[in-house]
Amino acid sequence: MTELAQLLELYEPVIGLEVHVQLATKSKAFSSSATGFGEPPNSLTDPVVLGLPGALPVFNQAVLELALKLGVATGSQIRAKSRFARKHYFYPDQPKNYQITQFDEPLCENGHLDLIVGGTVKRVRLERIHLEEDAGKNTHVGAVSHVDLNRAGVPLCEVVSAPELTSSEEAAEFMRALHRLVRWLEISEGDMEKGHMRCDANVSVRLRGEDRLGTRTELKNINSFRFVQNAIDHEIARQVRLIDGGGRVERETRLWDADLGQSAQMRTKEEANDYRYFPDPDLPMMVVAGPLMGGVLRSLPELPVARFERYQKANKVAADDARTLISERALADYFDAVQKAHPTEESGKTIANWMLTELLGALNAAGKAIADSPMPPETLSDLVVLVENGTISGKIGKEIFAESFKTGEAPAAIVERRGVQQISDEPLLWSIVEKVVAASPKQATDYQGGKDTLFGYFVGQVMKETGGRANPVMTTDLLKKRLGR
Amino acid sequence: MTVDPAYWSVADIARRIAAGEVSAVEITEAFLARIGKVDPELGAYLVVDETGARVQAQQVDLMRGANLPLGPLAGVPIALKDMIVTKDVVTTAGSKILEGWVPPYDATVVEKLRAAGAVILGKVNCDEFGMGSSTERSAYKQTKNPWDTTRVPGGSSGGSSAAVAAGLCAASLGTDTGGSIRQPASFCGVVGIKPTYGRVSRYGIVAYASSLDQVGPLAHSVADAALVLQAIAGHDARDSTSLPSAAPDFSAGIAAGVAGLKIGLPKEYFAGEIDADVRTALAAAVAALKDKGAEIVDVSLPHTELALPAYYIVAPAEASSNLARYDGIRYGKRADATDLLSLYSRTRGERFGPEVKRRIMLGTYALRSGYYDAFYKKAQQIRTLIKRDFDEAFEKCDVLLTPTTPTAAYELGAKATPLEMYLGDIFTLACNLAGLPGMSVPCGLTSTGLPVGAQLLGKPLDEATLLRTGAVIEAAVGLGDKRPRGFA
Repeated sequence: MTELAQLLELYEPVIGLEVHVQLATKSKAFSSSATGFGEPPNSLTDPVVLGLPGALPVFNQAVLELALKLGVATGSQIRAKSRFARKHYFYPDQPKNYQITQFDEPLCENGHLDLIVGGTVKRVRLERIHLEEDAGKNTHVGAVSHVDLNRAGVPLCEVVSAPELTSSEEAAEFMRALHRLVRWLEISEGDMEKGHMRCDANVSVRLRGEDRLGTRTELKNINSFRFVQNAIDHEIARQVRLIDGGGRVERETRLWDADLGQSAQMRTKEEANDYRYFPDPDLPMMVVAGPLMGGVLRSLPELPVARFERYQKANKVAADDARTLISERALADYFDAVQKAHPTEESGKTIANWMLTELLGALNAAGKAIADSPMPPETLSDLVVLVENGTISGKIGKEIFAESFKTGEAPAAIVERRGVQQISDEPLLWSIVEKVVAASPKQATDYQGGKDTLFGYFVGQVMKETGGRANPVMTTDLLKKRLGR
Repeated sequence: MTVDPAYWSVADIARRIAAGEVSAVEITEAFLARIGKVDPELGAYLVVDETGARVQAQQVDLMRGANLPLGPLAGVPIALKDMIVTKDVVTTAGSKILEGWVPPYDATVVEKLRAAGAVILGKVNCDEFGMGSSTERSAYKQTKNPWDTTRVPGGSSGGSSAAVAAGLCAASLGTDTGGSIRQPASFCGVVGIKPTYGRVSRYGIVAYASSLDQVGPLAHSVADAALVLQAIAGHDARDSTSLPSAAPDFSAGIAAGVAGLKIGLPKEYFAGEIDADVRTALAAAVAALKDKGAEIVDVSLPHTELALPAYYIVAPAEASSNLARYDGIRYGKRADATDLLSLYSRTRGERFGPEVKRRIMLGTYALRSGYYDAFYKKAQQIRTLIKRDFDEAFEKCDVLLTPTTPTAAYELGAKATPLEMYLGDIFTLACNLAGLPGMSVPCGLTSTGLPVGAQLLGKPLDEATLLRTGAVIEAAVGLGDKRPRGFA
């Protein structure tokens, strides 16, 4: 048997994901019953959600608007008229024993999702995005099973990627990118703990250089970024070992058990359901009206990956910082606001530094979100300008930041009041340098003799003389000039 | 004062109650008494909601006493086919699988009837889930034809037609998926209307075939049917297939006559095997219409013969889906089983009747993966052709006249095979496939004294023309004061 690491060199995984995203509407997809989490079992139901005889679905138009935002943001082709279909299978958490979904005429097709992989953007094709209703939840207590239909009928978007992901890391990144996007667009809370995003993965392997796809298996029930990676890695290893041992991958559905860290067969191809899809006769075509589409297009914000690229290009932010800035829309919006207040477009690197270290640190300590920051973006811009134009040193700047964050006082006012303006007066600084060097002849000689570490001693002496207010760049220059190297 | 309102018209009952000539309670008690006396033999009712009916009647009387405005059907006793969901009153759709189910809500039509002041007497029998043409497929009892109790009342709304014909309600509601209002109306000598698809809300109607089902009235007269239709028609936001247009005043043009109206006789409907007595009665209706100034034109509906096969794909396919929810988890008795799959299959095996199982299997087969195009989609394409046939015919005429059924009511047990039963519906299916309004109006009796119905088919949303044409037939060749023997 070959070592796994060697096998992974030989074989290339091909992964496609199907992600269910819960849309954040107040009422359910086909009834006016409310949506919610943690309510008493079966309290968020009505005759439609319960699938009672005679009850009929009525499509909630709010769902369409949210789905369209995702469709537009992923550059999908959007059907002006799409259809709901019934997908049949018997299970107690599904009161009608069919699910209302979309089959051959989905709302969106041929879109793409941009991932940030290793600092660059990878575009993954999306085969489709369609709408469907969620099922309820079964819980088994000993020999007794309970059904809670609070979640039944909650609107979902199913996002289906093309098989274009080539590692578990990319698959996890796909989930992160989608998570970021749906939160960015404010169409889903994206709370993984509450099952707002659930993922099935189609995994196959093939020899590197091979064009044809290998036989795929479907992994169900992977509901966190970490599980996606673990489950797929586990499945890739299972498949390459199987092939290496002379076996063959069978088309099957496997269920991931995150507690055990392994998957088990759920059903084989032969046992697969025939879903008997057909157009739901209770629902007319779903029509995307012009004004609705116009509204969605007008309200579309600049997307995270576009900002990721802009921050690097226009604002000279480093890739890692740019990526952190777009992790949350409020953070990126804050950055944009600081940048807007700031006179120089290319100060992004400095602004990002201040935001990601000082501001996030202070917010974190205060237990506040960026959206509730007590320091407005304009204030942070003012502070950055004070440091940049040499009014105060970076070190003093941090103190001023802390005080302004706490009291809300303007940085310039604090600087004025505390008298901590930086000394950038060259003749004054020169006289201080002269004085300091004269007071330490031995150290001066040693430094000139090659003891480089003593340079810091002289900087320290100047700072001591000036109460830390000496312009550090000028101090360095003048000391070098005075000491002769 | 004892009253015998069994055959009073809907308008009469409402008017007399409003005028204080009789109380709603007296009317209701009279009907309840008659049901108690007559129905054990007839078998129309599955549930008589005596308490509910009395409460509603008392409420009408209280409102009248307080000079509050009364609804148009105030105090009018109505029976509902058991396919119609009624809050707190057992609803079974004639099936054991729903035995004992007490719904927590009212169908839209029930809400509307209550709002109009109607008194709901109870639930009447039908073929299981509306699947049948004789009410012999009810899981509970056999309803008999009041004109001859050895014969079927028609179906699937056989309880609705028998109850009206026997004077056990002033009017009733039925549902019609392929003729289930018109055919029993014809067999029992009453008027039955299947409105345009979407005219009446389906919310709260136990679904058989969603794209075909419609609710409609069965009544003693065209005028009565119009009043009941008025009460239940109109847009309903809870039914996405409900049409947006408001219902017109159906009673307004009933007496307008047929002068100048073009009445089409589709040749395909007169070509096949039709009982001689039915032909004679239809000829009388045609003659009467001509006499009243209508122009009779021959038209053709060339795809008529495809209606039956298309119907038996579409209806079972949708039924197989709609009936999936009856699985032993939520309704009726649960079969003994140790695992989920056998719980499902045993419950469904034991508690669905043979005709329902036959259609579920047909429909499941038709929707199999890879066969959708060959069956369901093809059948939908045939529907388009049938619709086009009607569109073209309506360029030449205003309304179509056909027999409702090839024969009058047959004897219980006479239709031995499913196919024989299905062939009895050849004249009524196309109307549902095309979504058109249809109506059956009595046009005479056979030589053995059984009612014959004339079917009128109209343009979409043109129930008004059906009503005025039906009124002319009714006046000229209708049953007049003739009542079923033994129930008069």
